[in-house]
Amino acid sequence: MTKLPFNPRKNYEDTREAIGYVSRKEATQKDYDRIGFMSGLEVHQQLKTKEKLFCHCPAGIFQKPDEYDAEVIRHMRPTLSELGEYDGTALMEFKTRKEIVYRISNKTACTYDVDDTPPFPLNREALGIACEISLLSKLNIVGEVHITRKQYLDGSIPTGFQRTAIIGVEGEIQLKNKKVRLIQLSLEEDSCREVSDIGHQRIYRTDRLGMPLIETVTYPEFKNPDEVKEGADYIRFLNRSTGKVATGIGSTRADVNVSCAGGTRVEIKGVAHNRWMPELTHNEAFRQFALLRIKEVMNKRVTDTKSWKIHAIKPAPNDLPAGIPLLNEVKAIGYPVYIINLPGFGGMLSHFLQPEMTFADELTNRLKVIACIEKPNMLHSEMFDDTVGKDNWTKIRQLLAAGEQDAQVILWGPEADIPTALETVEERCLMAFTGVPNETRKSFENGTTIFERVLPGADRMYPDTDTAPIPLEDKVLDEMAKHLPIVTAERFAQLRDWNVPEDTYTYILKNNLVPIIERAQNELGIPARFTATLMAHKLNHMERQIGPVQGFSAEKVYDLLAFQKSCNLDLEIAKKMLWVVYRHPERNFETVLAEVDYKKLSQDEIVKMIPTLLEDYNEIRTSKNDGAGANWVMGKLRKEALGNVALKELRGLI
Amino acid sequence: MADDNFQGYKGLALETLKKFNARVWAKVKVDTTRGVFEGTILPRAENTDDMHLVMKFFTGYNIGVDVGTITNIEELGYKKANYKIPEKEFPYSKELPNVKLLGTGGTIASRLDYRTGAVIPAFSPGELYGAVPELADICNLTTEKLFGVFSENMGPAQYKELAIAIGKEIEKGTQGIIIGHGTDTMHYTSAALTFMVQNSPIPIVIVGSQRSSDRPSSDAALNLMHAATAAGHGDIAETMVCMFGPTSDEYGFLHRGTRVRKMHSSYRSTFRTIGDTPLATVTREGVFPIKQDYKRRRTDKNVTILPYFEEKVGMIYYYTNMQPDMIDSMVDNGYKGIIIIGTGLGHVNKPLYPAIVRAAEKGVAVYMTVQTLWGYVHMFVYDTGRDLMAKGVVPAENMLPEVAYIKLGWALGQTNDLEKVKEIMLTPINDEITLREPYNGYLIYQGGVPEVEDFIRKFHK
Repeated sequence: MTKLPFNPRKNYEDTREAIGYVSRKEATQKDYDRIGFMSGLEVHQQLKTKEKLFCHCPAGIFQKPDEYDAEVIRHMRPTLSELGEYDGTALMEFKTRKEIVYRISNKTACTYDVDDTPPFPLNREALGIACEISLLSKLNIVGEVHITRKQYLDGSIPTGFQRTAIIGVEGEIQLKNKKVRLIQLSLEEDSCREVSDIGHQRIYRTDRLGMPLIETVTYPEFKNPDEVKEGADYIRFLNRSTGKVATGIGSTRADVNVSCAGGTRVEIKGVAHNRWMPELTHNEAFRQFALLRIKEVMNKRVTDTKSWKIHAIKPAPNDLPAGIPLLNEVKAIGYPVYIINLPGFGGMLSHFLQPEMTFADELTNRLKVIACIEKPNMLHSEMFDDTVGKDNWTKIRQLLAAGEQDAQVILWGPEADIPTALETVEERCLMAFTGVPNETRKSFENGTTIFERVLPGADRMYPDTDTAPIPLEDKVLDEMAKHLPIVTAERFAQLRDWNVPEDTYTYILKNNLVPIIERAQNELGIPARFTATLMAHKLNHMERQIGPVQGFSAEKVYDLLAFQKSCNLDLEIAKKMLWVVYRHPERNFETVLAEVDYKKLSQDEIVKMIPTLLEDYNEIRTSKNDGAGANWVMGKLRKEALGNVALKELRGLI
Repeated sequence: MADDNFQGYKGLALETLKKFNARVWAKVKVDTTRGVFEGTILPRAENTDDMHLVMKFFTGYNIGVDVGTITNIEELGYKKANYKIPEKEFPYSKELPNVKLLGTGGTIASRLDYRTGAVIPAFSPGELYGAVPELADICNLTTEKLFGVFSENMGPAQYKELAIAIGKEIEKGTQGIIIGHGTDTMHYTSAALTFMVQNSPIPIVIVGSQRSSDRPSSDAALNLMHAATAAGHGDIAETMVCMFGPTSDEYGFLHRGTRVRKMHSSYRSTFRTIGDTPLATVTREGVFPIKQDYKRRRTDKNVTILPYFEEKVGMIYYYTNMQPDMIDSMVDNGYKGIIIIGTGLGHVNKPLYPAIVRAAEKGVAVYMTVQTLWGYVHMFVYDTGRDLMAKGVVPAENMLPEVAYIKLGWALGQTNDLEKVKEIMLTPINDEITLREPYNGYLIYQGGVPEVEDFIRKFHK
């Protein structure tokens, strides 16, 4: 029997099938139960305050990436946690030895932001909002707020830690079919925005830094990807129902924790849109499931996993494969090139992990993050599109004295980074024997993720010695509880009771519009259904088409409805008027009315026109259908009727 | 120790712990009227109220529970935290210089102190090596903790002890000395050691940190590496302060001990040389002199230790409408020396004249320095100045006020003869008075000016 040559693409497809991967569209609860899908959320929400959390800089003013007045450079060193341990991520970040550059704009950052001044007292406005949202989330509010430092050695905060404090613990939210418990809600300062991260230098801007943020953390109780999104939406709506949170781009970001049975908690960082969550969590759970298969296969292949090692050599220039464009480029830069044998890893580098991603992607992305070698940083023996060529691989295998079941990697980079690079490859391969590494991953719109950092543990917490604890007294909280907005779950129920169509819920709750709908109903007698669709369909459509308009707020819709009521106009004309009002919020409603060609006519005057029109129709008679006549007349009268008679009513009269 | 079980708790909080038989480091479930809280009970900082229990939640965060709301505490387990910087033996290498680190306190390396909730210094070579392993590539480090005081508690007794300890190290053949010091009064100590340790063959480098080493962005590690480089490899054998040049992690400055001052309450780059340029910049690669006229390293072991200090010396910061009783009370309290920090070129108001005359008559040494910090005392320019000199006030040239204070204490510690004191005061030992002020000795650029903004944008702050 002749052995077919190894086909990486086919291996990818075979392994995808072997783990029973299904696309999200096809997946059912059964699939998720089979792989033991489990997910929890950490939802971040910026608060709408005048100032930042620990200084008096304005909150919510942003700078462009190259707009700055000064730069400051820092390096981060791991320190001990309160319990005397070094943190895993901390040590990894230290290995990478990044130079962190902060771009400071005088308008948005002060000496506190770059850690040259100790914190000012905590922003009370932010504390108040955080307490309010904690009460809404049915959390147990702490007696005393303790500011804690949470280490971040990636440099995203110049101090090297985030000042954060728990406001409440152990709460719950009510979803459609289940309750999900909350672990905690904390009030914290937002981090810097990254400008670039190339080689050993990472650049941040400091505008967003220090803005007050709350983080709502759920228990891992979501059992399928749709529930994750439902939970994220709910928390977002709840936060927005207070009207005291920021709503622009990037003001709500979530970290999604996912695992499959036998897997590990992996955190997908900074998911900007809730609609991305289902695909991301789906793929992550299957990625872990695939890693567990790799674990199984590898443990069968390698009995003594503890002494497993990579074999790396730096071949003489003549021994390096020739005619590979990428390697020629690398050689031109002068980077050393190493070839590495991964004993027993044949078939693993092209093993399916995510759509169009394999185990080799785990290696290349770790090389980028940990060894700071920009991509492309390696070639391997199981590439779908092999640019090295069979003969070259044979030569490399000979140089490495590789066995049949081994896989090979070619990597390069600055000489100083090579030791870390080799260590990184070996470390990641060794992790394959134990399953799923603890890590945070960066998300992409297509639903896939790549390695970002090692997942930090509770070890990175340290009490803040620069701030005093703040007591939260019963009487303050009791007073606050009296003025809470209606809980989001009740808002859902309200919308259902009012017969508002379900496709409007997200828009309405996201923008916190129920109070306007309710007022229009109670004070103007306008059906909730009308106001809701006017905003969720028409206004929403205008916003998408035209974009945001200065000076327009949802409150204008209420004013418009109130105006119609006072002029006794029929409601339908609101849709037409809103187009003008949205574009020109400064115009008064009378002007708008003239612009939409409204003429005041009584119902009688309109009805009188019907017989003549019907006669006209009978002459031309375009259709045999009886209703066609009425339609034709409606069309002719529509303009006159709008605002004067309800169209439905008019049709009846015809 | 029984009290260990309730570390820092008092009053109502202590009663509550005892009532429910709970202790510090116990894992507990606390029932309250605000719901259930589970976590580990932590010690409480001393200067806080007795109304709250501090707990560590399982996510690592600390929270406070109002003891007034507690209805029950149930102990679920017990685990005491052992906070310790990993201690590793400091490696010895024959090729590297032997450097001694003398500890006075401060935050070069530190750990959390539950008593105050603040940080306390960690210090042994092993601990330092655990925290800053790069040190082993620079020198062979040994340490000696002389005292553990905050910088504001440093005083004559400590200056003298330090000077004597340095003398002993030099005698032993140590190749460089680092002094770990809180930053607030570093420039007092650097002046004192300049006067008390003269003709040193080796560098004496005072170092500290503006951000405690329990913070990832601390300047402590880099300052320590710079100090070790300056002490072990540098050629400048003077008493110096070694702290950040810019606020960025780029290079350090070595400041002459008599011309340096802390100029910002919290910046990393707080230490500046006043009225001159710094001596040198320092990186891990070495010391790069800016000034060429410095005292060079020698291989001998000769040094003069002069550990003297008269404690009855004080300073008066002149303000408008100051009354003579301010000076009278010092004289009446037996002060032997007064440094006046006067306005502008060195002035005070007329109502003080009688008090100054009285002080002079009683044999008190009175010296004038300036609030402007930069520039010389010039008492010939206005009549006021001439009057003051006639009444016995001696202008202290461009000596910084704190340096003048230290020097006067040191001079009066040696003699009561005011003429001799004056000779000591006005004969510079190491640039506490300079004959000239270079044009680049006074640079305080103001933001907003386009060329300054350009500069700031181009060079790391």
